[in-house]
Amino acid sequence: MKTIKKTNTMKTFKKISILFLATLVFSACSSDDDSPIPVNEEEVITTLTAEFTPVGGGSTITLRSRDLDGDGPNPPVITVSGPFAVSTTYNGRLIILNETETPAEIINSEIEEEDDEHQFFFQATNGIGTFNYVDFDGDGNPLGLAFTMTTSQSAATGRLTITLRHEPNKDAAGVSEGDITNAGGETDIQASFSVMVQ
Amino acid sequence: MKYFILIVACCVFNMTYSQKCNSKFSGEIHDFHDGTPIVGATVYIESIDKYAISDIDGKFSLENVCDGSLAVVIEHVACETKQLNVKISGDTFRVINLEHHIEELKEIKLKGNSTPKLMKTSQETVLKTDVIERYSSLSLGDALKQISGVSSINTGNSIVKPVINGLHGSRIVVMTNGVRLQDQEWGIEHAPNIDLNTAGSINVIKGANALAYGGDAIGGVIVIKPSNISLKDSLYGKTIVSGQTNGRGFSLSSSLIKTYKKGWYVGAQGSTKRYGDFEAPDYNLTNTGLNSKGFSVDAGYKTFEQGFDVYYSYLNNEIAILRSSHIGNVEDLVNAINNQQPLVVNDFSYDINAPRQDVTHQIFKSNLYKRFKKFGRLELQYDFQNNQRFEFDIRVGDDRDKPAIDLTLKTHTIRTELKLDSKSNVTYSFGVNAGYQNNFANPDTGVRRLIPDYDRYDAGIFTIANYRMNDKINLDFGLRYDFNRIDAKKFYQTSRWEERRYDDDFGDIVIDDLGTQLLTNPVFDYHNVSASAGIEYQMDETNSFIFNYGLSNRAPNPSELFSDGLHHSAARIELGDLRIKQETSNRVSGTYSHSGNSLNFNLEAFYNHIGDYIFIEPTGTEQTIRGAFPVWSYGQTNAALFGLDLTSRYKFNERWSFSNKSSLIKGRDLDFERALIDMPSFKSVNILGYSNEKWLSFNSELQSELVLRQNDFPNNNFEVFIPSTGQMVLVDISTPPPAYHLLHFQSDITLNISTKTDLNIGLNVTNILNRSYREYLNRLRYFADDLGRNVMLQLKLNY
Repeated sequence: MKTIKKTNTMKTFKKISILFLATLVFSACSSDDDSPIPVNEEEVITTLTAEFTPVGGGSTITLRSRDLDGDGPNPPVITVSGPFAVSTTYNGRLIILNETETPAEIINSEIEEEDDEHQFFFQATNGIGTFNYVDFDGDGNPLGLAFTMTTSQSAATGRLTITLRHEPNKDAAGVSEGDITNAGGETDIQASFSVMVQ
Repeated sequence: MKYFILIVACCVFNMTYSQKCNSKFSGEIHDFHDGTPIVGATVYIESIDKYAISDIDGKFSLENVCDGSLAVVIEHVACETKQLNVKISGDTFRVINLEHHIEELKEIKLKGNSTPKLMKTSQETVLKTDVIERYSSLSLGDALKQISGVSSINTGNSIVKPVINGLHGSRIVVMTNGVRLQDQEWGIEHAPNIDLNTAGSINVIKGANALAYGGDAIGGVIVIKPSNISLKDSLYGKTIVSGQTNGRGFSLSSSLIKTYKKGWYVGAQGSTKRYGDFEAPDYNLTNTGLNSKGFSVDAGYKTFEQGFDVYYSYLNNEIAILRSSHIGNVEDLVNAINNQQPLVVNDFSYDINAPRQDVTHQIFKSNLYKRFKKFGRLELQYDFQNNQRFEFDIRVGDDRDKPAIDLTLKTHTIRTELKLDSKSNVTYSFGVNAGYQNNFANPDTGVRRLIPDYDRYDAGIFTIANYRMNDKINLDFGLRYDFNRIDAKKFYQTSRWEERRYDDDFGDIVIDDLGTQLLTNPVFDYHNVSASAGIEYQMDETNSFIFNYGLSNRAPNPSELFSDGLHHSAARIELGDLRIKQETSNRVSGTYSHSGNSLNFNLEAFYNHIGDYIFIEPTGTEQTIRGAFPVWSYGQTNAALFGLDLTSRYKFNERWSFSNKSSLIKGRDLDFERALIDMPSFKSVNILGYSNEKWLSFNSELQSELVLRQNDFPNNNFEVFIPSTGQMVLVDISTPPPAYHLLHFQSDITLNISTKTDLNIGLNVTNILNRSYREYLNRLRYFADDLGRNVMLQLKLNY
């Protein structure tokens, strides 16, 4: 009688231990299968396109900086469609895209919604052009998604840089005139193009 | 029949004895070295299971003791356990000398309970309760900086990581209440999740000799222990309140413990801290506040022979990070470095805005021990830790309130240790531990994972021997083996994978190709052997020497292996490397201690050769649509660290004293024959102290802290084209800030409110002269000055 009872206990113990082992093995195996899901990076900006349309007609000039791997090792691809004409005023507009998504997400509206926290700055070397803001935030401070550029009177080559600052100090000296020196904030986009005025 | 005779014999035996069991055994327990009475020692008579505890004069007495020869065990936290045979005939009085640890004789003489060194032959320093309490409102890192040779690497003033002899992060093991802290310590902006108010004592062991805690502590081990619980019927506790001007905040900590003579105890502790923006001498440090909440509960049963303990702790820290340190690209960094003050300075506020961290750490621990007669002590422990880390960056649109980092790290550990201490001159310890860790990086952040999901398995086995050759010589030996496996699932950008040339070496670990991203499954195994040997030689009453050697290996941490991506708070791209191997440290050190009547000093020297030393430094720039970013890459080299740490104190008389603590360290990159990055600069602290028992136990100290400029640094400066100005600009990220000298003052008095209650009032002033300075090892030194003057009032009530 005693021996039988003992055997039964042993059996139960064995069963429990097998069950325990099985759970271990099962959980070990199952965890191997669940792969993490990829992160679709949000608020990524891959592409800045600046379109310059001459006032009074003529061919549109497009500058583009495209960086499809974001903070990956590949540098942005910079393209300039052609030279600007001398003494010409261009209506400029910027298109900001996240091309890691299909269809590409247009970031412009996000910037417009928080226009008081953003400002674009335009800088040109060699006096190749001057810039004026066309769009403004609720406080009457410039934003810069739309702007005008007036090219130099004589032919020149230079560098055109477009910078987007997040949380700049728009009230600091010169900032509302487009001077980046005192703007502060942090840079969200900085694209620099080698351009020609002829 | 045989049994029957035995039982009868026992009864008779007992009866004969019970008749003469009304003797009184009393005595006094003294320190072997200086004859002072030892308070709180346990006198235990095994055969009749009776205890007594020595009082303030070292006196004890046990009633109703039987005549004859008695085996008595005398135990005290700060002493060697002593076993004696006492012959009792009638009322018997004995004077018992206990071997107090040598450490007790130097440094500050302490009233009340004291703490021993954990290892006799290591470079070890103990911070006691009164020192820890002074830092109640600050962090672990701030308190440890009192030790010569310990500094800190900071992100602002609230994130303070301890640095021991130039090493930090994964190279330091932090043990809290017997649990090895697992709180993502690999991150340079991850401060240890420790509430200093839970600590009764802190032992800092330099180097990897304390093998019981881990084989990878190349820098050292920090052992935080709760206050000792004594076996008596008592209810006691303390409350510390402090308020300070800088940060306009307060901290409050309170604890209550109930103990029973039989060994049961239960205790609880809670603390909270709240600070707003701190101030540099010339401006507000906008967004540097802190909000910390923590509590712990502890219960158990403890006797000389057996016991158990159940412990739970919770700590939440919400830390604001200087607004101006969050920058966009290298041009912003150049602007920040060239600006003399931070770009964002707003009015004082208690708000904690982005960038900020919100970290919660929970520990559950249970352990039990049993002591076997004439054999030793066996201990078993299980612990579970849950670390939840959120980091919030400055983001736009819908993501504004979403964390950029959301990591959950869970760690289970079981360990067992057997200590054979029945022989008076030899102790052996054997230990085994096993651990499982899981890291989960929440993909909902909308930011690519900084650290991937991974499982980690650890197993370790060690043996340690302590020999006491004679009164003068102690020897320690230790050997340990550890196995680590890390099994990660990591996404790489295809462009990064190719740029790192991983397709050549690691093509087989790619398990899924998503076009622009690859899912990989790196599995790495590491086998680490560590060893230690040490000797302590007590030349005479006042002079002693320690020499030791330690070999240790450390497996690379997840950050060193897997980092890849843009770190906004530092405006840098950080790259780990899958090819990184473990690093190997060979450390030799020597200590000379002198403890005379008026002069005490302790001089420590070390040389640490680290093969395949893992470090991060700037290696170039990468262009993105945001502009250019400096790239910081992990690499390996052969390195040597060596230095001297001095602690000295001269007592002019009962009241006046002078102390000096200085440390000098050099770090060399042996392969490239240049300095190592991020080495602490020379520091010397001179302290003039005055105490007067008659003036309500008045103590005061005037401290002068001198930190010289670090002149040995690798020059990683680089030139970068700044498009908005059209110029090449030198980015000076290497040059250390100039030397600085600060004055601090602290004082306190103690009022006895009743027999059991006393009130200690402390006044501390740091940076009295309100000097502007920047510290080389503060990562925010590019952006703002360090803290200005702070006046703090602290009330401490012991009851």
